[in-house]
Amino acid sequence: MPSQTLEQILDGRRSQPNQLIEVLHDVQENYGYISEEAMQAVSQGLGVPLMEVCRVASFYKAFKLKPCGRNHLIMCMGTACHVRGARLLLEQAASQFGVNPGEVTPDGLFSVEHVNCLGTCALGPIVRENGAYHHHMTPGKLRKLIESLRRQGTEDRQNVQAK
Amino acid sequence: MSRLNSFRELEHMRRRLCQERQNITTTVMACGGPGCQASQSQAVIAAIRKELSQQGLDGKVRLRATGCHGFCEQGPLIVIEPGNVFYCHVSPDDAFEIVYQTVVKGEVIERLLYTDPVSGEKARTESEVPFYKAQDQQLLSLNRLVDPCAIEDYIAAGGYSSLARVLDRVAPADIIKEIKASGLRGRGGGGFPTGRKWSECREAPGDEKYVICNADEGDPGAFMDRGVLEGNPHLVLEGMMIGAWAVGARKGYIYVRNEYPLAVKYSRIAVEQMRELGLLGENILGTSFSFDVVISRGGGAFVCGESTALMASVEGKVGEPRPKDVHTVVDGLYHKPTVLNNVETWANVPAIIQNGSAWFASKGTKGSKGTKILALTGRIKNTGLVEVAMGTPIHTVVFDIGGGAVNGIPIKAVQIGGPSGGCLPVSKFDLPVDFDVLYEVGSMVGSGGMVVMDEESCMVDVAKYFLAFLQDESCGKCVPCRLGIDRMLEIITDITEGRGTLKQLDLLEELADTVSQTALCGLGKTAPNPVLSTLRYFRLEYEAHINDKKCPAGVCKALITYSIDADKCNGCGACLRWCVQRAITGEKKQTHAIDARLCQKCGICRSECKFDAIRVV
Repeated sequence: MPSQTLEQILDGRRSQPNQLIEVLHDVQENYGYISEEAMQAVSQGLGVPLMEVCRVASFYKAFKLKPCGRNHLIMCMGTACHVRGARLLLEQAASQFGVNPGEVTPDGLFSVEHVNCLGTCALGPIVRENGAYHHHMTPGKLRKLIESLRRQGTEDRQNVQAK
Repeated sequence: MSRLNSFRELEHMRRRLCQERQNITTTVMACGGPGCQASQSQAVIAAIRKELSQQGLDGKVRLRATGCHGFCEQGPLIVIEPGNVFYCHVSPDDAFEIVYQTVVKGEVIERLLYTDPVSGEKARTESEVPFYKAQDQQLLSLNRLVDPCAIEDYIAAGGYSSLARVLDRVAPADIIKEIKASGLRGRGGGGFPTGRKWSECREAPGDEKYVICNADEGDPGAFMDRGVLEGNPHLVLEGMMIGAWAVGARKGYIYVRNEYPLAVKYSRIAVEQMRELGLLGENILGTSFSFDVVISRGGGAFVCGESTALMASVEGKVGEPRPKDVHTVVDGLYHKPTVLNNVETWANVPAIIQNGSAWFASKGTKGSKGTKILALTGRIKNTGLVEVAMGTPIHTVVFDIGGGAVNGIPIKAVQIGGPSGGCLPVSKFDLPVDFDVLYEVGSMVGSGGMVVMDEESCMVDVAKYFLAFLQDESCGKCVPCRLGIDRMLEIITDITEGRGTLKQLDLLEELADTVSQTALCGLGKTAPNPVLSTLRYFRLEYEAHINDKKCPAGVCKALITYSIDADKCNGCGACLRWCVQRAITGEKKQTHAIDARLCQKCGICRSECKFDAIRVV
């Protein structure tokens, strides 16, 4: 559940178009992504044309327009991670999931995205899994990580079904 | 905390804090910087806190969770004073021993000391560690003195005294004179003289002016600003306030990457604390100076490193640059005169005021003064944040501080300055870290990212990496950048996939020249640098890709094959178990083999082999 509703996010910022990016950040923090309905509410609340809201939301990499999988992996593609083989990791994850970066697996369990730099360059390659940092990653370590997440995801689902 | 209404009240608060702290002589400084956090430093800090409490040391020993100390590779790090005891790779399980043996009894725990891989000797104190020895930490050393969330720490360490001093008795014009005399140049990439920027903004017409701190460190491979802002936010804010007073601004913005959640959180906390103490708001310290700061989160667009794009983004718009016929110091944020400096530049200001411009100018070279923080990363032993005096040779940074090659693979090059910078070969390592010198050889200090590459890094692939990055980050507003980078990437992709021709190299150079001359903003103008510098210094590698259809470094997938070294393989079967394609065959304890037709070159076997038996040629 979002801790703040759209109303609460917009409170005190109405009719202030310069708050657009800040508001979109808060929407994403609370809802995980920016939906069309949210864009409409933001457009009305701030007095910014819907087209401009859409343009800003799609211009900046930070904003997601689709929800993520239950396990969201962020692969750092910064220079330092790159020279230590980050590309192999991204390809590994994409092939294991069978989806492209930015998409969600059909079971809703996984999604993967690549970012330009997580700013933890000294310990690269870095993979962020649901907020936790995994450093000095190798294709082998990543494969094991994904498999353990998948096992856990399947067990969770079975537990839910058993209940 | 009650509001401080005068300079004397600030001084009184500092004295009171220092007196209160006199009784506690032992301090455990635990690094909570981004690198150490990724290595679970939060758990270490919690374990030590619990241990101190259990051993009855609450209120007797100070535990300070600080910002980055620099040596990320060895994290989590702990320094214990007095004694300057330095422990690395600390785990929560070590907490009892650290408190019982070192804090209480004053004994050193041998196994947690740092061992120099070159000499094999243990360093008993932090200052003995070779990584720190050749450094000149002016800004980073302050990180150890403060908990970034405690304004009291900053004030006790002398914080805001430079601000008080300028408000009390330095005229704005004299501040600018001092900054000009110090020779401080922008640390964000351009290296523009800071004093000149301030003076132009001060002279610009208009009553409403702004100062902005650029903390949107978009360069991949750079985290200097993160280290400073997350470690010591008040230092940056004090610098901004001195700048604001000097140019006549009443409002400031910190434009910070949302990918740095701690930087966002800590700068928000810092601003709140300052408001409580009246260090932000109306009539600061009882003077006529009124100033406030807004934290504005970035959207993760590299082009927002360009001043006009950044300002558009602060205004809540799409971050597209505009032509700079009139500079932002005259026509900036909301079309008002604006000074934009990056985190490290602002952070240098308080010390220049405190110690004088002559002190600052005594470090560095003729054209580049002071110290510079570098993010030393890549294929090198000691990675982390490094601060050296300007003019320090690259060689010193890479070999003396960085510890040189990993696994004996010779170092080949260093990429300095991020996507706008260039790659320099080992033969240029005697050059100093200096704005002008590096620019002349086709690279730049930039914001200070320094990625080391060895014989297993392909320079054509590096050029391709940067082009792909820039293609992705180009805002698309101007044609040379949007299409020029696209075409260049196409050519380089051809080369890395074995379709390249020598003629294409000439076309690549021509395109690079056109893009750099005609693009609208700095991103486009400097975009060809990685290609031009690699072509200039590593042309042989390009030719090997084109003529021999080989990638000498073993990186470009289309031109390499995986095989198993029969001399090294002992048939343990690890590679076979992990090969998803079932491309590896072999009996237990017999040499294994890879079927090149099935192999996807995913690299798993190589990362799983403990005997280094997988060859990539």
